Amino acid sequence: MAERLRADLVLEYPFTRTTGPVIGAFLTGLREGIILGIRRPDGTVLCPPTEYDPESSEPLTDLVEVGPGGELLSWTWVDPPRSQSPWDQPHGLGLIRLDGADTPMVHGLLVDGPEGLSVGMRVTARWRPEREGHIADLEGFVPEGADQ
Amino acid sequence: MSADPSIPPAALSGEVSLPEKLADVEPVRSVRTPIRLEYDFIPGSASSGYLNAFADRKILGQQSPVDGAVFVPPRGVDPRHGAATPEYVELPDTGHVGGFCVTRLPIPGRDDLEIPYVSAWIHLDGADIGFLGLVAGIDTSEVRMGMRVRAVWKPDDELGRTAENILYWEPTGEPDIPVTAAGTNAWHAKQAAAGEQG
Repeated sequence: MAERLRADLVLEYPFTRTTGPVIGAFLTGLREGIILGIRRPDGTVLCPPTEYDPESSEPLTDLVEVGPGGELLSWTWVDPPRSQSPWDQPHGLGLIRLDGADTPMVHGLLVDGPEGLSVGMRVTARWRPEREGHIADLEGFVPEGADQ
Repeated sequence: MSADPSIPPAALSGEVSLPEKLADVEPVRSVRTPIRLEYDFIPGSASSGYLNAFADRKILGQQSPVDGAVFVPPRGVDPRHGAATPEYVELPDTGHVGGFCVTRLPIPGRDDLEIPYVSAWIHLDGADIGFLGLVAGIDTSEVRMGMRVRAVWKPDDELGRTAENILYWEPTGEPDIPVTAAGTNAWHAKQAAAGEQG
């Protein structure tokens, strides 16, 4: 029988995308160390911001600062992280509703183990020192008070 | 509220209101979003037979038990009928260009391709579908549907179990296949001819 064949196959696309003013503002905020949501006509705030109202499809333009603290609404534990993960250590992934926002965003939860996480706990943003306008400028979220 | 389609939405025209802190900073306008998929590719039996044959400078297809259509590369099945295709068919390394594309922009990660280059559906003589190859040895402006081509192989001592053994396809200089009988039209022409005889 012939030897079994195998090969490494890598498919890679180095995309750069234009952001538009809303996502661009969100990323600009991250670079400057603040998190932006966007206000809907009824006063509620979406974070991350979207260009259009999810119900009426009307354009949204009123960007407002939210966070950096918030409430953990749901989470899961990731161990081990995959090779291309932004995190090289086991970590949580959570839905975080930031103060001033009405919708949750997904991001990493930087704690030592799953016993450090619970639904309803308070968390706050941890920033990378070097920032460039990318979601990874936000290193993740830690329990409130952990970085003091 | 009825929107005038000729007026771009505010979110696209850039009129957003920002917190004071961001009033005077340079806005972010683009973001890197690379995609990378890493496969550990292990071919199944049909593909293994195909790849192993390449080491002997052979191109194998498989024949449908339903109507005799020949597929290359072989996948072990006739996808139209869900029928297994256990019979390999050896194909010649000649055929024609069924369709092609001239690429004038470099592809990241493929510095080995000199631009402009031509990628084409090569329809081998005796096969009923095309497979992808590069066409070279001719000015890109001269490539056309129906042009007869033959494989240019790597030297024998560089052959491996890979379709990369074929460096590219070059024109044979024979008369073209009429466009109406080239590429996917070939199968339809063949079916029509079979219908007339039947």
